Amino acid sequence: MQRFADLLDSLGTTQSRKRKIALLVEYFRTTGDPDRGWALAALAEGLPLRLPLRRTLRELMAERIDPVLYKLSRDYVGDTAETVSLLWPEPSLNTPPPNLDEVVAGVSGVTSAKFRPLLSGYLDRLDVSGRFALLKLLGGAPRVGVSSRLAKTAIAEAFDRNVAEIEEVWHALAPPYGNLFAWLVGAAPRPDTKHVAVFRPLMLSHPIEEKDLEALDPTAIFAEWKWDGIRVQLSAAGDDVRLFSRTGDDISVAFPEICAAFHGHQAVVDGELLVIRKGQIAPFNDLQQRLNRKVVGPKLKRDYPAHVRLYDMLIDGDEDLRNQPLSVRRARLIAWHVRTAPDLSDVSSLVAFGDFTSLGRIWAGTRDAGIEGLMLKQKSSHYLAGRPKGHWWKWKRAPLTVDCVLMYAQRGSGKRSSLYSDYTFGVWRVTADRTRELVPVGKAYSGFTDAELKDLDRWVRAYTTERFGPVRAVAPGLVLEVAFDAVHTSARHKSGVAMRFPRVHRIRWDKPADEADTLDTIVALIA
Amino acid sequence: MQKKATGKNVGAISPVLTSPEAWLHPSPNGLYCAPGKFHIDPHSPVERAIITHGHSDHARSGHGAVLATPETIEIMKVRYGANAARRFEPQPYGVTTNIGGVAVRLVPAGHILGSAQVILEWQGRRIVVSGDYKRETDPTCAPFELVHCDVFVTEATFALPVFRHGPADREARKLIASLGCQPDRTHLLGVYGLGKAQRMIALLRAEGYDAPIYLHGALVALCELYERIGIELGDLRPASEAKGKPLPGTLVLAPPSALADRWSQRFADPVTAFASGWMQVRGRVRQRGVELPLVVSDHADWPDLVDTCLATGASEIWVTHGRDDALVHELGKRGQHARALALIGFEDEDD
Repeated sequence: MQRFADLLDSLGTTQSRKRKIALLVEYFRTTGDPDRGWALAALAEGLPLRLPLRRTLRELMAERIDPVLYKLSRDYVGDTAETVSLLWPEPSLNTPPPNLDEVVAGVSGVTSAKFRPLLSGYLDRLDVSGRFALLKLLGGAPRVGVSSRLAKTAIAEAFDRNVAEIEEVWHALAPPYGNLFAWLVGAAPRPDTKHVAVFRPLMLSHPIEEKDLEALDPTAIFAEWKWDGIRVQLSAAGDDVRLFSRTGDDISVAFPEICAAFHGHQAVVDGELLVIRKGQIAPFNDLQQRLNRKVVGPKLKRDYPAHVRLYDMLIDGDEDLRNQPLSVRRARLIAWHVRTAPDLSDVSSLVAFGDFTSLGRIWAGTRDAGIEGLMLKQKSSHYLAGRPKGHWWKWKRAPLTVDCVLMYAQRGSGKRSSLYSDYTFGVWRVTADRTRELVPVGKAYSGFTDAELKDLDRWVRAYTTERFGPVRAVAPGLVLEVAFDAVHTSARHKSGVAMRFPRVHRIRWDKPADEADTLDTIVALIA
Repeated sequence: MQKKATGKNVGAISPVLTSPEAWLHPSPNGLYCAPGKFHIDPHSPVERAIITHGHSDHARSGHGAVLATPETIEIMKVRYGANAARRFEPQPYGVTTNIGGVAVRLVPAGHILGSAQVILEWQGRRIVVSGDYKRETDPTCAPFELVHCDVFVTEATFALPVFRHGPADREARKLIASLGCQPDRTHLLGVYGLGKAQRMIALLRAEGYDAPIYLHGALVALCELYERIGIELGDLRPASEAKGKPLPGTLVLAPPSALADRWSQRFADPVTAFASGWMQVRGRVRQRGVELPLVVSDHADWPDLVDTCLATGASEIWVTHGRDDALVHELGKRGQHARALALIGFEDEDD
């Protein structure tokens, strides 16, 4: 537990991704089984222990500390696990601290009545950071800024593997991942993934540039619409059907009807998850209502009907198609879809074109909802994990831009913690009494160079009018030309609009703030 | 009538002539002693002030006469200039003077160099105004001295049971270990400029860290003063001497406000460390973006606050500033009469 506690402490204060990985690598290399497996499970997805932790802690604390002092402490600290870890009496006996395996084995399947003495027994054997780690372990998610993807990356790095290799077996594994570590250290064969719906790493594309287009042979290319949903992989292994996000997170629970539609199949297909109402793709915002849900009721399914639009096939039955050209995979996808006809899905059609000039014209004339751009794919491309060069490109519409006025700036994190690097900007709105006011329309923290960031930081410090903790309000004096992919209405924002992917396109040092755009300009851009 | 401090029952056996509030009470400018006509740690200029220690929320400039320890007076002169008060009256620890019939004595509070508890005696009653204090040993100042009294006036900066400060030398070793395993990065240690800075340096030196330590400009004069008074701090250099060089592998001390300032950008991929009692709480660590939190406090932690209040044998405890609600509650539960004075003007300093 002490090593895990130290790991949590360091992860909690480390901002840099690289350093987080280094800490994890060190831990996974030097910690034994099964402790490192439990730690991996806790960090990557949280241990599914379902213990009456809150109630038990409340009871235990009531026996140990005055309720008034507990409440004042809890209010100040802001986190129950941390408060308890700080308030728990220091151990008086010299019993060695429990390791992770002892704890997990101890609490598994335990009744509420037995959990209480067990928990206080563990707490009595740990110091303050050990107690914190124990409670975070039992509570589910430690929240130290380690995503499942980051944990897998660290595992791969610790044992000199590619992260794709870890991802391919990941969903066939269960904590404490004994077979994974045995394989990684060369003591056992690769874990069997045959009867499990596992994730296969996705193939990603590059933005296209003029010179790419010039070099391409239009007859060797498939053009498809780039749909404005989220990229998903549907992995079906008979009864086990799962929907994965592009990073390999299992999002099945949020879209049970999609999984049900593919039940009984043996296939892995790649496509876009959309909300489609009466044949029309709904705005991305609608899809967001379905994401990150733990429970999906009938109303949500009815109001935001999910659909997958398929464009690739990785595995058909027992056959791995990833080493086949796209032209073959596409034909297999169509044949399979016709043969099995799963509900709530269709195959994304190709866009017919002569040359890239005519393709550009077709696309420029298309203003259909749900289309974000075009995908160009080499017909001969194999399905390669990651973002290989020279196979697939995305051809997005030139972004929309508006001139906004900088309103607030916030300190960044990590390397940027001494710089005001996150900018909230607004546009002019005419109020009822005919005066003009700025309303915030978005926030951006990218699109500028390091040198420009220093200039922006200097400007913010010089023109600060008010401070709110890490945030500074600035005088309306700097125009940022903001680029974004789309804008839609939003009840959550004061301005009534929300931008997709806003970033700073140019800093208009030259432009007076009075001449920035108005809210009407943005409203007119709503798709 | 001089009454000897003999133990717990001091308050109980003394004749009730007047209530303590009659001769020491909060006023708009801070605590005021009516018969002596002086304030203690007033926050705006007054005719006559007694200053417990040099931190800026206790020691301010512009008073008529200032009575304080010689060290505190030196600190005030460094911070505010030689004319910070019209008249300085240095009074070493243990010496008693009489001001308007009130016997005034200063004894060490263990908070920072020169910090003092003010012992007031009048008509057979004794009040101790402790200022800020700690019980842990500190190589840069005299240790806290317990004085029995009728009324003990205490601070409550860390008055929550979650604050239990460990030994400070352990935190110094933590910093040295981090310096050793990240030699390509500058360690930037945020410290309160008076007291904490010098204590951290002394702790590091005691642990055998003898490399040069670089100082932000705001810390230089006070470190020089400590050395003049005889507290060895080893090889100190102004960070400006490095002329913008990134100083990898070195330790640089700076006031907390400089950590997130552009000043810090010159250093090599800095590890932001912060030495403060607040570092015990993760939320505070995150809030400040601290990578290496060091729990070192110049204030008493919860057990020490409670123990000290009880050990003075006082029949009344007055709580000046900090988290008074928890302390008043706890003392009340233990049968100790305690109340919050709710004095204004004191900060949750960067300690």
